[in-house]
Amino acid sequence: MTSLYEEIPPAPAPGVPTTRVTITVNGEKRTLDIEPRLLLSHLIRQGLQLTGTHMGCDTTGCGACTVLLNGRPVKSCTVLAVQANGRDVETVEGLSSAQQLHPIQEGFKQEHGLQCGYCTPGMMMAAKALLERNPNPTEDEVRWALSGNICRCTGYQNIVKAVLWAAEKMREQEG
Amino acid sequence: MALDELKIGGMGASRRRVEDNRFIRGKGRYVDDIVLPGMLHMEILRSPVAHARIKSIDTSAAWEVPGVRLVITGDTMASRNLAWMPTLSYDTQAVMATDKVRFQGQEVAAVIADDPYIAKDACSKIVVEYEQLPPIVNPFQAQSPDAPLIRDDKETQTSNKIFDWEIGDKAATDRAFEEADVVSKLELHYPRSHPSPLETCGSIADYDRATGKLTVYMTTQAPHIIRAAVAMVAELPEQMIRIVSPDLGGGFGNKVPVYPGYVISILASILTERPVKWIEDRSGNLISTGFGRDVYLQGEMALRKDGKILGVRMHTISDHGAFYADAQPTKFKIGLMHSAFAAYDIPAAHLTSEGWYTNKAPGGVAYRCSFRVTEAMFFQERMIHAAANDLGMDQAEFRKVNLVKDDMFPYRTAFGFLTDSGQYGKCLDVALEAIGYSTFKQEQEEARKRGKLLGLGISTMTEPLGAGNSREYDIIGIKMFDSAELRVHMTGKAILRTGAKTQGQGHETTWAQIVAHELGIPADDIVVEEGDTDTAPFGMGTYASRSTPVAGAAVAMVSRKIRAKARKIAAHLLEVSEEDIEWELGRFYVRGNNERGVTIQDCALAAYSNVPDGMEPGLENNAYYDPPNLTWPFAAYLCKVEIDPQTGVWDVLNFVAVDDCGVRINPMIVEGQIMGGLTEAYAMASMQYITFDEEGNCIGSNFMDYLLPTSWETPGFELHEVVTPCPHHPIGAKGVGECATVGGPAAFVNAVMNALEHTGVRNVDMPLMPNRVYEALQTGQDVSGAPPVKGE
Ligand code: FES
Ligand code: FES
Repeated sequence: MTSLYEEIPPAPAPGVPTTRVTITVNGEKRTLDIEPRLLLSHLIRQGLQLTGTHMGCDTTGCGACTVLLNGRPVKSCTVLAVQANGRDVETVEGLSSAQQLHPIQEGFKQEHGLQCGYCTPGMMMAAKALLERNPNPTEDEVRWALSGNICRCTGYQNIVKAVLWAAEKMREQEG
Repeated sequence: MALDELKIGGMGASRRRVEDNRFIRGKGRYVDDIVLPGMLHMEILRSPVAHARIKSIDTSAAWEVPGVRLVITGDTMASRNLAWMPTLSYDTQAVMATDKVRFQGQEVAAVIADDPYIAKDACSKIVVEYEQLPPIVNPFQAQSPDAPLIRDDKETQTSNKIFDWEIGDKAATDRAFEEADVVSKLELHYPRSHPSPLETCGSIADYDRATGKLTVYMTTQAPHIIRAAVAMVAELPEQMIRIVSPDLGGGFGNKVPVYPGYVISILASILTERPVKWIEDRSGNLISTGFGRDVYLQGEMALRKDGKILGVRMHTISDHGAFYADAQPTKFKIGLMHSAFAAYDIPAAHLTSEGWYTNKAPGGVAYRCSFRVTEAMFFQERMIHAAANDLGMDQAEFRKVNLVKDDMFPYRTAFGFLTDSGQYGKCLDVALEAIGYSTFKQEQEEARKRGKLLGLGISTMTEPLGAGNSREYDIIGIKMFDSAELRVHMTGKAILRTGAKTQGQGHETTWAQIVAHELGIPADDIVVEEGDTDTAPFGMGTYASRSTPVAGAAVAMVSRKIRAKARKIAAHLLEVSEEDIEWELGRFYVRGNNERGVTIQDCALAAYSNVPDGMEPGLENNAYYDPPNLTWPFAAYLCKVEIDPQTGVWDVLNFVAVDDCGVRINPMIVEGQIMGGLTEAYAMASMQYITFDEEGNCIGSNFMDYLLPTSWETPGFELHEVVTPCPHHPIGAKGVGECATVGGPAAFVNAVMNALEHTGVRNVDMPLMPNRVYEALQTGQDVSGAPPVKGE
């Protein structure tokens, strides 16, 4: 604790159990007392105030809440926060540094892969998992990897292009 | 030297979007991202049944849950005269049920608590006793003489009918049918659909007792209309209401109406004196907020043997749910349904419409379209397809005979619209060429040998985008104009605000391009702001593809006002008379001496430091634009499909879209809009619809039951452009955001029907799921999507 003061939160209501978890979020270790029923998406958005992860359905149907859990894409609305205990969570906020965008982020902008932006963080995280597994995907492989993520604005064509753009850029950077 | 317009991000530049910088970093600011100090959370309890009298509500156990601050029922609302509110179609709608519930998902109670989990827990402890009534789930049931009266709250209502309406010339149309050689008929159902923007609806109401000011952050496409509505409903003075529409995760018409959740959160904030956040869950969104379509369309076409269309009759039966809450211009009961056939030269037309109450959610919103235009154009293109077949004429040829010719504009349609411009024949030709129309028959033959059925479908249409003019178009009495306000700062940078509200259309990028085009200020030097009623000029918001036609025009007009003042300043700086000043992009110069000039930035500086005697300092202005007409873009959509007759599964082999939306401000964004729209068209043609069972249960209350296409199913689209500048728009632009959703579905369906032609099947209702196509193939009969009527 380095802040000048810390508010002591009210004790949880009698009968509400809490569990202590330690989760590494975007490289930073966080230790929290949480209700066991708390969803990972809510912990990320409300608890940690990382609001880049969105919620579009809360029933695993849209992928807006996609984050990486130990490198694998998961729909965080369907993961209990306690399940992330001792693991690594990566959200959109962890993609870029202050100086530099991730090639996936650049790709989405260059290829006009977003309109309202609501699906974008989830799409980018799903894309990141794909490109880490498969640095040179075909169009079909991109489409399949993103098929758990709904976009209502763009019609996907430019999203697919954005991911292919990023793949190429990442290969160049590697090479 | 004049500036290079593309280099400064002016008109025609595919400028990368400004708003993306925050979205790709996860730094967008949507309603649910906003946290206010002391904020409480609200959850709504919804009715599990479609039609029932409420016998009692017991909230005592909910009050007992630790962390609960307030429980609201219909009685709480009624005691403040807020149990009912007006709709945008001059009906009333229950904010919270007091007497009856009239659809599944209707608001029955609400809990306000310290966190959303507690609010949900407490909701589950509310006990409501219902006495069930027979549910009415379609307009045919609603018509039955022994149907229960859904709206028994309205004294004058004696049946479930909402309206009868007609337009056109009945006598002339009757005569056309007497002269016809052939009469072609068609009946179909455009199923209920839900716009489902990826972000659901929500609000944060923040009432400050000390100042009397109410601030509401909410998901609205039309913040100023909401401010007016809140002033009326909540009886608060308008200057004390501030509506802020932050980043929106899509809208598509779903975020135009005023929803009960907004109103309840406002009352909750007034009662608790704390900010109250309400975020709808997805099933609440799907079962209670504005749906689209749900219309039965019938019609016939009078034809001459040589292919000339003599007249059209149309009849529509629409299902509006329990409250008539269509968001549409007041004069028109079934939106702009009478824009049907506007692309064709048809002498006589007549439309009759009837609207009915049912025990379903209200809405009838313009789902990515201009007020029922989607239904109109779908029927039009399905009717054209059927008529060409009945005449034994080629689909393209039949259209060419009847499409309005280039030299006929402005063209008065049989229903009275004035279409403005276009090159319809050229658009169709470009599309036919691109898809390889001339060799299609041969391709179809070859596919047959492989056991596959190929089909090619055409959809050509023009549609009215960009309401007003204000003489004819208003929403609850407010005229449909729009506005822009531009302030040029001393250093030549600027801020622009408009009365529109972007939801992904990219206004922050494109509006700056219009200013760049008009003033030569680089687009990167202009910041665009929308959505805050305390700062934005009054406007009607963004829906019905009206932003570019109306607000975009206002942006051009306000820029021209700025340029006119800058010209006076330039004359002063150059010490010549104003008449001797010439303009080229970005600078004024002395006629005959291009070297002697001042830039727009020089003028901006002078506006604050060196104005001529007698001139007001500053360089800012506003413009309210009332369009003389709607804009009329044209589109030709051609689709080629392959059906596997063993399964009824159809694949899109090729889709060609030729759009003429006038001058394109940012081609990249226009194409993005078209691809998005085509995807929604594909969705409706193939999978996306909402049905109800006999009990009025909504089938499609989550994304497992309500299918939306993903990247896997969605086909690719090939885009082409033709440009016919809009003659009455200051920069020649027309609306475009919705053309593809409006014209697209018929291309897919006509393609499948074309592939089934040899079976004699005339119509399969959307969505064309494989089982429906398979059934048609097996039986050779039409497949109707109309729900079975109980008791039949
Ligand atoms: S919010 Fe998690 S999948 Fe939709
Ligand atoms: S950009 Fe709006 S949902 Fe994908």
